[in-house]
Order: sequence, then structure tokens, then C-alpha cells
Amino acid sequence: MTTETKKYSATEDLAGLYTSNIALFESGSPEFMNAARKPAMEEFLRQGIPTRKQENYKYSDLQEIFNRDYHVYPSYVAREMQLNQVFKCDVPELDTNLVLIVNGWYYHQNKELNLPEGVIIDSLSKIASEKPELVEKYYSKLAKTNEDPLAALNTMLAKDGLFIYIPDGVVIEKPIQVINLLHSKEDSFATQRNLFVAGKNSQAKVVFCDHTLTSHHFLSNNLTEVFIEENANFDLYNLQNQHNQSGNLCSVFVSQERSSTSVVNTASLHGGLVRNNLKVELKGEYAEANLFGIALADSDQHIDSFTYVDHMVANCRSNQIFKNVLDEQATGGFTGRIHVQRDAQQTNAFQRNSNVLIHDDARMRTKPQLVIDADDVKCSHGATVGRIDEEALFYLKSRGINDKEARLMLMLAFTHEVIQEIRIDALRERLDDLVEKRFRGEISHCHNCMYHCC
Amino acid sequence: MLKIKDLHVKIDGKEILKGINLEIKPGEVHAIMGPNGSGKSTLANVLAGREDYEVTKGKVSFGGEDIFEMAPDERAKNGLFLSFQYPVEIPGVSMVNFMKTAVNEHRKHKGLKPFTAGEFLKFMREKKELVQLNSDLANRSVNEGFSGGEKKRAEIFQMAMLEPKLSILDETDSGLDIDALKTVATGVNALKTTENSTIVVTHYQRLLDYIVPDYVHVLYKGRIVKSAGKELALELEEKGYDWIKKENGDS
Ligand SMILES: Nc1ncnc2c1ncn2[C@@H]1O[C@H](COP(=O)(O)OP(=O)(O)OP(=O)(O)O)[C@@H](O)[C@H]1O
Ligand SMILES: [Mg+2]
Repeated sequence: MTTETKKYSATEDLAGLYTSNIALFESGSPEFMNAARKPAMEEFLRQGIPTRKQENYKYSDLQEIFNRDYHVYPSYVAREMQLNQVFKCDVPELDTNLVLIVNGWYYHQNKELNLPEGVIIDSLSKIASEKPELVEKYYSKLAKTNEDPLAALNTMLAKDGLFIYIPDGVVIEKPIQVINLLHSKEDSFATQRNLFVAGKNSQAKVVFCDHTLTSHHFLSNNLTEVFIEENANFDLYNLQNQHNQSGNLCSVFVSQERSSTSVVNTASLHGGLVRNNLKVELKGEYAEANLFGIALADSDQHIDSFTYVDHMVANCRSNQIFKNVLDEQATGGFTGRIHVQRDAQQTNAFQRNSNVLIHDDARMRTKPQLVIDADDVKCSHGATVGRIDEEALFYLKSRGINDKEARLMLMLAFTHEVIQEIRIDALRERLDDLVEKRFRGEISHCHNCMYHCC
Repeated sequence: MLKIKDLHVKIDGKEILKGINLEIKPGEVHAIMGPNGSGKSTLANVLAGREDYEVTKGKVSFGGEDIFEMAPDERAKNGLFLSFQYPVEIPGVSMVNFMKTAVNEHRKHKGLKPFTAGEFLKFMREKKELVQLNSDLANRSVNEGFSGGEKKRAEIFQMAMLEPKLSILDETDSGLDIDALKTVATGVNALKTTENSTIVVTHYQRLLDYIVPDYVHVLYKGRIVKSAGKELALELEEKGYDWIKKENGDS
């Protein structure tokens, strides 16, 4: 274990960071991860840090957030502190399999979990080296470096993250809670790479909680590939609660086989710049994908979601609801791409994006993109950007509820439509509570956490 | 209870109410009738505190206080209730939660302790029975997907919950079937005391058979052009509004 860090400045070439430290990036990684680096670097060079000029990044310019002196961590830095003790952020009554990830790395003092036979929840770096046969056939198969610069950047620099393997037929009752911590003594850039495989007929729920523990500027480029095999059920919840000096780049790539079901539900409460790339490939018939997002933003926050649901075969369903509540100067973006391929008959694809602007200065840009190459499909989409419903507001007030409370009730009703889709009771209640606190302008960091990061 | 003096109201620069005078004393029931578009709902909404209306002239006092100095929720807490002609649907806000919040705001205003969950449910059960509100409706989002008649019944349920001093029922009878009309009227009468007052806006004499008014007023083109006892409603039912229009220089 080394504690070496490299300094990275945006004025340098990010690609150069890799090319001049190849040995450092390659050390400890298996051959197949290293073999992917150079082509990824070339792809990254070709596409560059995303700006609005790139079709898929029309609503977000990432130049500025990259333009800072960050430290990067090509090797694991053992934290001297006991994060397990410092960080007790589990949602009350949420009994979980808890895993900590620090600056993209699997925390070396994670407790041993009591898991069903054959289940692996461990460091990606470790499993990739020890059992490459489990990882190699999946690695980078969904995150295509030639299609997205953040995927390319991640693949170029990827060292560690979380690996989850659930054998066929295994049901993990307890949610797997992954606390992604950013914690350092200087401004930092973290790369995290996760790979989840849910075997046939298996079931699991994963909760990501993204946190910042120190007040430095952070940029995290987090990429997760999820393989959901036949008839499996897999839920991924992501609570994004980093402070507003951070940039959270989060990509999730999902592939689904026959009759599988997925939920990807992202709640963005804090974070200076948040970009969510969500891609689902429906590869087996009768698969169902559910993508939900709720974002609350104020001050100068920018929150942008890009979804891409690819109906590759017939008889699948996809369902997307994304909602944003923007206050003050906050800005938001939503792009929802649905591709129904030629043979994907009987597709049922639904998408809705609803936005409420609380302040005159808030801005939202939204765009559905439907590409439908089959003829027998049901596709619907809709986007609205509006103010709070004045008629409903008056109705509530006319019954004796004051303006502030009435507004709050309407906002909670608006957000609850997404939150109610969370299939973990304690988490759902917690999130309703966090959202209400956020709307009330009260603290909204998890109060068990001693770091008041946001 | 309520005193309206020379009230003028504009919407989008157009004068809708052109000098309304009306006084309502405790215990009285007043019916307001009049052709479509004459300003009945406008009057009701202005009293309840709707913001997009511009009061250009006149005074309204409610319980001795200037009503225009009170926010809509304060008016409600001081005992004003409007049963809307077109109740709005509010997806995601449960009727139970909505009423619990409203009732407890009223209790706070009166210096009472908020209801506990148990107390509230008991209170609500009583009121639901009073207006024979289907239990299912109370468990749904406010008015969402309610039929026309169900919405009206839900309004009266809310009135029962909030026990107002002055209720304004804006066409609560429209959309109700005969049986529902009777239940609603029975509910309204059951809540009636010698202290509280009611304004009934309606097009039909029928409701007034059940809720018997002390006075009937005809609102026409933003003015009250005729006031009399309950027999006026019968006369209107029989003859329509033509003679009123003629008397006021239109045909
Ligand atoms: N928001 C508005 N903008 C413009 N005009 C309005 C608005 N609200 C009401 N009006 C107009 O004001 C007039 C009075 O409307 P109001 O709803 O008070 O009539 P009403 O007597 O209640 O009629 P009805 O018997 O049909 O319910 C109508 O001409 C109506 O078109
Ligand atoms: Mg009307």
C-alpha cells in the first residue's frame, strides 16, 4: 500500500497524467484493466472534456469544474482515521450491509459482511486481480469509451471501486449500502469504478450515499456497470449529498436480460455540479426498466440528467420520471433518449420530466429524444417547466394553511411521486424527511454524521 | 358577521363587481342567485382572498375586521369557508394529511392543543358520517379523480371539519344527484347554529327547499339588483331572469 499522490492541474493534459505515470496506474491492476487504458486515453483525447458543443452535453459545460488543481489517487491512501466510527450515517432503522468507499477506493477496514453463500461484495481491484475470470468478461462491456468522454476518462484512470457478485437464485434481503466518501486534505479528483453482476433469479438492492467529509473542492467521476441476468430484480438508489464545492459525475450503465426488472432512482439534494448519465440496454424480452430522478437545487447548483433507454428487443417496458425543483440561480437539464430498435415490437416506453421553478432566476432545459424504428410500440413522453400551481395553493390557504406551509405541501407532493418509488421503507421515509428539511431550509445532512458537510 | 359596502372588483382590468352592498348577521342564511357570468363566484372568491382580483373600491368587514387586511389563511382561521364551485385537484396531497394540517392550524389559532393522530381520526370519522363521505375519498389525494358530485360532497366534509362561522357555498348543489343533494343539505343544516351564517349561491330553487334562506338576492352584471325573502327564489324559478334583465334596461 503506498500513500503516493500525484498532483493534477487542468492546464496539463489529463491524458498526460496517465501517459507520464503509466507504471503507477498499471500497478496492482490486472492485465485486462490495463489493456483498456491506452485506447480509453485515445478516446478521451479525441472527445475531450465535455462542453456544450458535444451533443450529449448540451446543458452542461464541464470545463470549469475540471479547471482546478486537484490531487488524484492512483494508489490507495490509507486513512489514519477510523471512518467506521466517524461515519455512522446509516439511515435510522435501515439495517444494511454497509460498505465504505473513500475517494473511489474500497476502504481497507470495511467490516466483514454476513452474506449468503457465494455472494461477493468487495474491492474491485482485489477481485479483478484474484479472480479475473469473474470480472474480465463484464469489464467495460457496457461503458463504451468511444461513446462518452467520462467513460473514457474513467476507464483510463480506473483502479478500484466496488464489485458485487450475486450468484444465480440468491436473494439478498438486506440492502447493500455503499457510502461513497470524499475525504482529503486537499482538493481532490476521485475515480471510482463499480461492477455489479446480478445472476439469474437473484434479487438485491444497492443504496449509494455520496458524501463529502471535508470542505475541499472535489470532483468525482464515478462509473457503475450493472449486469442483470434473466429474471433478476435489481434496485440501485443513489442519494447525492455532496457539498456545493463539488462536482459529481455519475454514470450508470445497465444491461438487462429476459424478464428482469431494474430500478435506478437518483435523488440529488446537494452538490455544486451534478451530472447523471444513465443508460439501460434492454436485451432480453419482457424486461422492465424504471428510472427515476428527483433533484432539489438552489444557489448556483447545476443538475443535469441524461438518460438513454435502448429497447433492443420486443416486449420490454421502460418507465422514467424525472423531477427537478429549482430555486434561486440553480440550473437544470434533462435529456431523455429512448431508442426503440427495429425488432423491438410491443415496446412500452414512458417518460416524463416535470420541473418547478421556484425563483425567477432559476432555469431548466429539457429535451426528449425519441428514435423509434419499430412500428408497433407504445411510447409517450412529456415535459413541463412551470411555477407552483397557484390555484392549488389558494385552495390550501383557503382552508387555513399559511402560505409557507401550503407551498411546502405542494412541493412535497411533487417530489413524493418519485420518492414513493423507493422500495426500501426506511430509506423512503428518510428521503421524504430529508426533502422536507431541505425545503424548510433546515439542515439536510444526515444528522448522525459529525461532519456537517452540506 | 359580514358587511360589504360598495365593493368594486376588477379582473384583468375589467370591472366585474360594480358596487356590491350586503350585510349578513349571525344565524342568517342568504341565497345569491343570478344569471351566468354575473359575478357570483367572483364575489365568493374575493371574500375568500383570491389574489388575482383587484379591489378598486369599497370595504368589507368580517367579524368587525377589515377583510382585506387578512391573508386567505387568516380569513379561514377566523371562520370563513368557501365551498368552491370548481374544487381543484391536488395530486400527491392526501386528504387526510391536508385536513389534519388545516384542522390543527385552526386549533392553534383558537389556542387549543393540536389533535393527536388518534383524536384526529375519531373527529374525522364523525364528520365523515355526518356528510356520508365515502371512506375511500378521504384516503385519496385531494379531489384527484373525484366525480363532480364527490367533489362537492368533499367540500361539505371539509366545512364540517373546520366548523366555520360563515360558509359560502358556491353552487354546491350543481352536479349532485337528488339523494346527494339531500345528504349535503342535511349536513349543512346539522352544522347550522344560531351563531353561524351561510351564503348559498345557486341556480336552483330545489336546494332552497332544504336550506331555507332568510333572504334571496339577485346578482346581475356585478350588482345586487333585487333582494327579498325566500319567495323570490320561487318567482325566479318560474319566470327566469328576463324580467330582471328588463327591469335593468336589457332585454
Ligand atoms: N380570471 C378571469 N379572467 C377574466 N375574466 C374572468 C375571470 N374570472 C371571471 N371572469 C369573468 O367575470 C365574470 C363573472 O364571472 P363569475 O365566475 O363571477 O360568474 P358567476 O356569476 O359565478 O357565473 P356562473 O353562474 O356561470 O358560475 C364573467 O364574465 C367571467 O368571464
Ligand atoms: Mg360561478
